[in-house]
Amino acid sequence: MSGPNTQFDPKQVAALDGQAIEDMVQQAIDAIAGATSLSELKEVRLAHAGDRAPLALANREIGALAPAAKAEAGKRVGFARSRIKEALDARQDVLERERDIKVLLDEAVDVTVPVPGLPVGGRHPLTTLMERICDVFVAMGYDVAEGPEVEAEWINFDALNVPPDHPARTMQDTFYVEGSDSGIVLRTQTSPIQIRAMLEHPLPIYVVAPGRVFRTDELDATHTPVFHQVEGLAVDRNLTMADLKGTLDHFAAEMFGQGIVTRLRPSYFPFTEPSAELDVQCFVCRGDSVGNPDRPCRTCGSEGWIEWGGCGMVNPRVLAAVGIDSSQYRGFAFGMGIERTLMFRNGVTDMRDMVEGDLRFTAAFGLES
Amino acid sequence: MRAPVSWLRELVSIPADQDGRRIADALVRAGLEVETVETVGDGIEGELRIGRVESVEELSGFKKPIRWCQVHDGRAVRGIICGARNFSIGDLVVVALPGTTLPGGFTIGKRETYGHVSDGMLCSERELGLGDAHDGIITLEEGIASPGDDATSVLGIGDQILDIAVTPDRGYALSMRGLARELAIAYGVPFVDPGQVEADLPAPSAVRALVECSSDDMSACQLFTIRTIAVFDPSAPSPAWLQRRLQSCGMRPISLAVDVTNYVMLELGQPLHAFDANKLQGGIHVRRARHGERLTTLDHVERTLDIEDLVLADDRGVIGLAGTMGGLETEIDEHTRDIALEAAYFDDVVVARMARRHKLSSEASRRFERGVDRELAPYASARAAQLLLEFGGGIHVGLTGVEAPITTSAIGIDVLEPARIGGLDIAPEQAIALWQAVGCSVDGSEGLVQVLPPSWRPDLTDGVDLVEEVLRLVGYDQLPSTLPQSPAGHGLSAAQRARQLAGTILSARGAVEVLNYPFVADQELDDLRIHPDSIRRSRVKLANPMSEQQPWLRADLMPGLIAAARRNLSRGAQDMHVFEIGIVFQGSAAPISDRPSVEHRPDAATWTVLNESLPAQPLMAGGLMVGDLQLPGWWGEAKRYTWIDAVAAVESVAEGLGVTLTRTSASEDGFHPGRCAQFMHGALVIGVAGELHPGVLSAVSLPERACAWQINLSALIELAQQVRPAPALSTQPVAKEDVALLVPVAVPAADVAAALARGAGPLLESVRLFDVYRGPQVPEGLRSLAFALRFRALDRTLEASETALARQSAVDRAIKECGAQLRA
Ligand SMILES: [Zn+2]
Repeated sequence: MSGPNTQFDPKQVAALDGQAIEDMVQQAIDAIAGATSLSELKEVRLAHAGDRAPLALANREIGALAPAAKAEAGKRVGFARSRIKEALDARQDVLERERDIKVLLDEAVDVTVPVPGLPVGGRHPLTTLMERICDVFVAMGYDVAEGPEVEAEWINFDALNVPPDHPARTMQDTFYVEGSDSGIVLRTQTSPIQIRAMLEHPLPIYVVAPGRVFRTDELDATHTPVFHQVEGLAVDRNLTMADLKGTLDHFAAEMFGQGIVTRLRPSYFPFTEPSAELDVQCFVCRGDSVGNPDRPCRTCGSEGWIEWGGCGMVNPRVLAAVGIDSSQYRGFAFGMGIERTLMFRNGVTDMRDMVEGDLRFTAAFGLES
Repeated sequence: MRAPVSWLRELVSIPADQDGRRIADALVRAGLEVETVETVGDGIEGELRIGRVESVEELSGFKKPIRWCQVHDGRAVRGIICGARNFSIGDLVVVALPGTTLPGGFTIGKRETYGHVSDGMLCSERELGLGDAHDGIITLEEGIASPGDDATSVLGIGDQILDIAVTPDRGYALSMRGLARELAIAYGVPFVDPGQVEADLPAPSAVRALVECSSDDMSACQLFTIRTIAVFDPSAPSPAWLQRRLQSCGMRPISLAVDVTNYVMLELGQPLHAFDANKLQGGIHVRRARHGERLTTLDHVERTLDIEDLVLADDRGVIGLAGTMGGLETEIDEHTRDIALEAAYFDDVVVARMARRHKLSSEASRRFERGVDRELAPYASARAAQLLLEFGGGIHVGLTGVEAPITTSAIGIDVLEPARIGGLDIAPEQAIALWQAVGCSVDGSEGLVQVLPPSWRPDLTDGVDLVEEVLRLVGYDQLPSTLPQSPAGHGLSAAQRARQLAGTILSARGAVEVLNYPFVADQELDDLRIHPDSIRRSRVKLANPMSEQQPWLRADLMPGLIAAARRNLSRGAQDMHVFEIGIVFQGSAAPISDRPSVEHRPDAATWTVLNESLPAQPLMAGGLMVGDLQLPGWWGEAKRYTWIDAVAAVESVAEGLGVTLTRTSASEDGFHPGRCAQFMHGALVIGVAGELHPGVLSAVSLPERACAWQINLSALIELAQQVRPAPALSTQPVAKEDVALLVPVAVPAADVAAALARGAGPLLESVRLFDVYRGPQVPEGLRSLAFALRFRALDRTLEASETALARQSAVDRAIKECGAQLRA
C-alpha cells in the first residue's frame, strides 16, 4: 500500500495528457482501418498494440506520475488500449470474412461441363413393361407364375384342347425339338403356364404369367420368331365372363389411363369357350378420330379401338385335363403380346428395334418404360 | 373367304340401308373376323358404256402394233386407238368415254395419238380394277348386254366384297350359305337355307352306265356319292355372272364343269370334284393308299403316298386324295363329255393329316378340316348337276352312293347356363330362340333342355359351345363389368424380386439390357472355344430352325451377347456393357413318347416323366464389356473396361442379393487363362468373369481386351438369404493394426486375407488389402501384401495387449497356412 509521495516533484508527463492519448488512439484506429489484409493488420497490431507501441510506452511512464494523477492516467491509457483492441478485433473479423469469401470464390468451377460418370445403363423396355403388368395384377391378389421355354408338346397343345390334328396347330408355326416326334417344342404361347399353374397350385387360382414365346415367323417390321406374351388365369367358384370383362377394364385403365375400357369380340381359341378378341379403347383419341378425317389418329388408325389380345372362359376340357371339376369351378383367361403393347403404348414403329439390342433404344427408356 | 355383298343379298334380305361396312360390323359382332371391305372398281367416275367393234384398221410404223377401231356405243360411232389385239369385229367391248376417271385417278380425254383423234378407251380388267388380266381388253359374251348399256352393272362395279378370316371352329362360314344365316340372325330377317332345298333335276336316264362307287372305310368316309352326267358340251362356257362371282371370291374361271363345282362349294360349302367319266377304269373306290403308290395331283406335283392317306381309286390305281385334291390323269378337259361328279363327307382329322403330310392346303381340304355339313352332299351334288345341265346341256344319268348311318347326339344343358357364365340376365325363351336361330332343335323349355345341333355345326359338341352361341348373339357388349373377389395374394416370390433386383443393379452400373434370340450355330461355340464336354455347349437342337446355320438352342448367353455387341459396333457404338438375363438350355431333351390322356389329370409319375424329359432351363445373367468405361476428357485419360469391372459386375449382383461368393482364379473356356475368376459358394460354381481370350476376340471380331462375365442366377437366388439378420453395431473405439507380409507370388491374396481373418479371432472387424508390391526390396518369387486390420469389441475398449495378441495370432496363421513371413 503506497502512501502519499511527498518527495515527488510534481510535474506533468507530456505523453500521458489526454490529447496525446487521444491522438495515439486516433492514429491506431486510422492504421487499423487502412489495413487491407490480415498480414497488414498483423503489422498494425504490432505497431499500435504491441510491446513497443506508443501506448505501451506511455503506460510505462505512469509510474513517474504523482500518486494523485496515476489513477486517472492509468484509467485513461487502459481505456485507450481497449478501444484499439476492439478496433483490431473488429477489423480482424472483417478481413477474415473477406478472406474466406475470396477463397470460395477462387475455388469456383464451371458446373456445366460434362462429368465423367458411369455410362447410362438401362433395362429393356419389354422387361420393365412386363414387370409393370405383373405389378397391376399382384395388386389384385394375383401371383406371378412362370414356366419353361422348352416345353412338352402335351402341355403346349394337348392339355390346352388342341389335339394333334386340330387346325389350330397349324395356326401357330411351331419350333420342334429334334428327335423323331420328340414331343417337345419351344412354347408357342404362354398358355402352357396355365396348365402348370392349375396342376401345381391349390384352388382358387389367380395368376399372371409373363414370358418369352416362339413361332417360326421371319423377322420383319411387324414379326419376330421370338417374342413375349403375358397371360392371366383365374379359376374360382362362380366366375363369370363379366368378371373377365371387369378385370380387363381395370387392367386397361391401369395401363392406359383412368376411364379407358376394353371391348370383346366373339372369336375362337381352343382353350377358351366362349372366346373373344380383346380390343382396348384408344387412349390417345378416345374414339374422337372415328369418322373425323380432320383429326386422324395414328395410334388406332382412326378406328377408336386397338387390337390387344385374346381372352375367354377356360374350356371345361382344359379343366378336365388338369383334374379340376368344372361343375364346381370356372375359369377365365386372357393373353396379349408385350411387343405389340409396347409398340402402340410407347410408339415403337419397328419390331426390329425391340429385338436387335441397339443400345440407343434401350438406354432411352432408363429403368422404366 | 371372300363374300360379295350382292351374292349375300340374293340369299338373305339385308336391309337396303346397310352397306358393306355396316354388314361387316354385323358379322364382326357375331364373331366373324372381316379383314377388309373392298368396292369393285373403286375409283371409277363417269360413264362406261358397252360398245360393238365395227371395224379395225391395223396401223403400222410404230414400235408396237396399234389398232384404229370404229366402235358403236349405241348412240354414235367413235374412233378409238387401242393397243390390244384380243378382239375382232363384232365383239362387245367396254368403252370409257372421254371425261371418265379410272381407278388410280387417270382421266380419259379426247386426244390425238398415232395420227388419229382417239375418242375414248377400250378397257381391260386391270384398268378397271376388276382383276389382274391386262394382256387384252374385256370382251363380253353375246346376249348379256347390248351396245349403249351402262357397263358398270354388267361388270359388277360398285359391288362390295368382304374378306373374312374364318376361325377353325366355323367351317360353316366358309360358304355364302353360312354367312347368310349369320346375317339373317343379325338383322332378324327370315332365312331360307339353300342347302336344304332339293334342286329340280330331270329323271335319271340310262344313256350310259352309272359310275359305281364303294368305300372301304366308312368311318373316314361316312358318305360318298357319284352323280353321272352324259353327253355334256365341253365347249359350253360358264355364264358371265358365274365367272364374275368366282373372280370376286378370288377363284379363276377355268371351264364350265370346274367352275360349277367351285361355285357350288362357295355357295353351299360342299367341296365337289368332277372326273372325266371316260378316263375312269371301272368305278370309284375309297380306300387307304398302298405302300409305294404315287399320284400326280392337279397342281402337277407327283406325290408318294403314305399308307395313312385316304384316296379315291379306280381299277387302275389312285385318282385322287380324298377331300384334298384330284389327280391329273382323270381331270376334266376340253373333250370331256361324260362327267362323274363326286360329293362326299370325309373325316376332318383324316383330311387334316393328309393335307399336312403333303403340304397341300386346298379349298376342299380347308373346308373338310373345319367340318363340312354331314348331310349336305346329295343337295350340293343335285345343285351342281342342275347348273351343269342348264349351261352345258347333257343328260342326267343318276346317282350312286354309300353312306354310314348318321349319328346325332343332343347336348343336355341348363337353360340358365348362358346367363350364369355370362354374368347377365338371359331369359330361357331368349336362349332357346337363339339356339333355334343357328339351326338347333331344342327339346324342353326350362331347367335341363336337350339341344340337338344341326348337321352343319359339328363344332357344337359341349354345353359351353351352346353358351357361346347365346352370348355372342346376345352381344358381348351386353356383358357387365365386374371384379371377382380374389383371395389375398402373396406378391412377388423371392426369386422374382431377386431377378428384378439383379437387372436394376446391373443397369444402375451402366449396363444396358438386351434380349437376344436363343438360336446358336456350332461356329459361334467353336469361336468361343467352348469344349464339346462343357455344360456351356448346346445339346438341344431344333428340327425346324429359322436358319440351318443356327439349329441349336443356347446353353450359354455369350454368343447372343457377342452378336449384340457386334451389331452395336457396326452401328457406330464403341464402348458398351451389354447384359442379358435369360433362360439357357442345359443337358439334352429326352423324347416324350407317351401322350397322357386329356380326360383327366396326369398322375404324379406321368407328370414327373414329362418334366424330366425337358432339358434343365436355369436363368442366367451375362454381360460383355467393350471399349472404355470412362471416356477421356477434361478430367483425364480414358479408363478401359477391364477384368476388374467384370468381377465387380458379378460381385455387385451377389452382394445385392446378400450372397458372399469366394473368388478364385480359373481357366474357363474362351477366357484369358491368366485373367479369369470364378465365383464359388462352397464347391458350387456360381459365376465366371474376366478378360476374353485374345484368340476368341479376334475370331469374333471384337476389339481387344473385351471382358465378359456370367452368373447362374437361378443358383445364386437359391443361396440368397430370405431374412437377413441385423448386425450388432459396436460404439466402442476401433483399434487399427497394419500388417505387411511377404508371400510367395503363387499364393492368392484372398487366401492370405482369409487366413488372417481366421487367426485374428472374434475381435477382428475387418481386414482389407491396401497394398501389393513387388520390387527391389522384395526377394524374387515373393510379393509384399499389406493389410489393414480393424479390431473392436462390442462391450469394451480393447486393451493394447488384446489387440496385439489378436494381431499376432492373425500373422501366425498366415505364416502357417500361406507360407507368409512378416515383413520387417
Ligand atoms: Zn386413336
